[in-house]
Amino acid sequence: MSVVHSETIPVVSEADMVSVRRRVREVAAKVGLSLVDQTKLVTAASELARNTLIYGGGGSMELESLNGPRLGIRLTFVDHGPGIANIELALRDGFTTGSGLGLGLGGSKRLVNEFEIDSTPGKGTRVAVTRWK
Amino acid sequence: MEKIPILRMGEFLLVTIQVDMHDRLAMTLQEDLTTRISETGAHGVLIDISSLEIVDSFIGRMLGNIAAMSRVLDAQTVVVGMQPAVAITLVELGMSLPGVRTALNVDAGMTLLKQSLNGHKKATKKYVSRP
Amino acid sequence: MSKGLQSSKAIGLAEVLVKHEAAILDEWIREMSGATRRSDLIKDSDLRAQCSRFLKLVRQGMESGSLDLQSSAWQPVREQLEEISASRAQQGFTPSETAMFLLSVKKPLFSQLSDLAGSDANALATELWTTTELIDSLGLFTTEMYLKTREQLIHRQQEEMLELSTPVVKLWDGILALPVIGTLDSARTQVVMEALLENIVKTNSRVAIIDITGVPTVDTVVAQHLLKTVTAARLMGADCIISGVRPQIAQTIVHLGINLLDVTTKATLSDAFALALERTGLALEHSLKSA
Repeated sequence: MSVVHSETIPVVSEADMVSVRRRVREVAAKVGLSLVDQTKLVTAASELARNTLIYGGGGSMELESLNGPRLGIRLTFVDHGPGIANIELALRDGFTTGSGLGLGLGGSKRLVNEFEIDSTPGKGTRVAVTRWK
Repeated sequence: MEKIPILRMGEFLLVTIQVDMHDRLAMTLQEDLTTRISETGAHGVLIDISSLEIVDSFIGRMLGNIAAMSRVLDAQTVVVGMQPAVAITLVELGMSLPGVRTALNVDAGMTLLKQSLNGHKKATKKYVSRP
Repeated sequence: MSKGLQSSKAIGLAEVLVKHEAAILDEWIREMSGATRRSDLIKDSDLRAQCSRFLKLVRQGMESGSLDLQSSAWQPVREQLEEISASRAQQGFTPSETAMFLLSVKKPLFSQLSDLAGSDANALATELWTTTELIDSLGLFTTEMYLKTREQLIHRQQEEMLELSTPVVKLWDGILALPVIGTLDSARTQVVMEALLENIVKTNSRVAIIDITGVPTVDTVVAQHLLKTVTAARLMGADCIISGVRPQIAQTIVHLGINLLDVTTKATLSDAFALALERTGLALEHSLKSA
């Protein structure tokens, strides 16, 4: 997989979430994703950024523009927060430890082509999602 | 702090969301709207999201909350103009916004509100008018 | 008088290409007569021009001294082969016919190399091997480029078929119909869903009738896809009615425990249309006046 372009955006405030959405939209459009695919990716980014902010205590998002085997975008959200104890449970729709509906993680998975998650309680969480053209 | 304007159109309130809202702005809108409904006694709220290119679970929940809170305050809410890509994404996300009425655009939304308002009036009339 | 073959780096090949290009060209064209010639698809003059150019470009490539086909010295050759295979693919040549274009150059090259080698069998063997490796690699490259073009063609045709097979029809003001014919898989549903939703916005239609008379089976997957479409349309402010539900399909839906409670279904398109008219505030009326 060859990375054509890479940038890191901090996710530590609500304003950052707006920046995340805007930047992902810009790059997705440049890569040539269809409107629906762009929307799905930006929405997934919004969900994951919110998780990073609210449950992860803040972190960052790495945005990579890929070319090989095909054109695509990969977003990696990293935080050093409390981590997720039971990932399978968290991926299930409707599960939440907060006041939300709990659709963020499981829902995001459906919006992207590839979804990876690593989390260690006490250390932090890393979620990487990819959308291909 | 920026706020989303709430316009009064007769017995209805009209909100046009044109910016990509951050969470706090969305919460503020929710509060402002319920306050205005109370203040004005409006029986209908029209939320125009035809400019919104992103509706994530938070915004989706906000719309649901507004509909529910308005109902408690005796007002109907209609969300209009959702873009196709947004609709497809929301469904994939798992949200169907069950308590939220929808219409294609502001005109259709107004018609819907008026119709339900007439029904509402007729119903209350029954109890009010007595020889 | 030739010095006989120098066996390293295909020097013999380079030499015969320089000295005997015309003869090689003639023999190559002769080799291509017969079933793989396809004179219905390409004219003699065009074919000759392509072959001549190929030989020249190979000669140039060899002048670099490198036999690395990925190197920039060989780029003109790769580009020409890419062009040739792409056009062959579009014109309808088979993969074999396309490859034969290249492989049939071996015989003329071999006969020239044999002349050059004279009685030096070892040197000839080495030259033949190097040449065959070179031509085979180019042949494989040609086939890969051909396949790439064919895949692109097929992909484009698939997209066109998808669009054609799911036309969205305006039945009346504010009422759309989507007759679905054939199986509904994930990819198709995406296209169908997007087309329908875009049309709803474009025509300002409040009701969309999805007719599944032409859908052979409805399993959980198809039902889910239909449900997603209906939900998305509802979010936008349009109602969907599913028509053409055959008895078998109704049975399958119940057996599978699929919940279609929120979705209106009708057996026929005409029933659905009547309902759609009602929902948009219209009604059908028989006129008592005679025609």
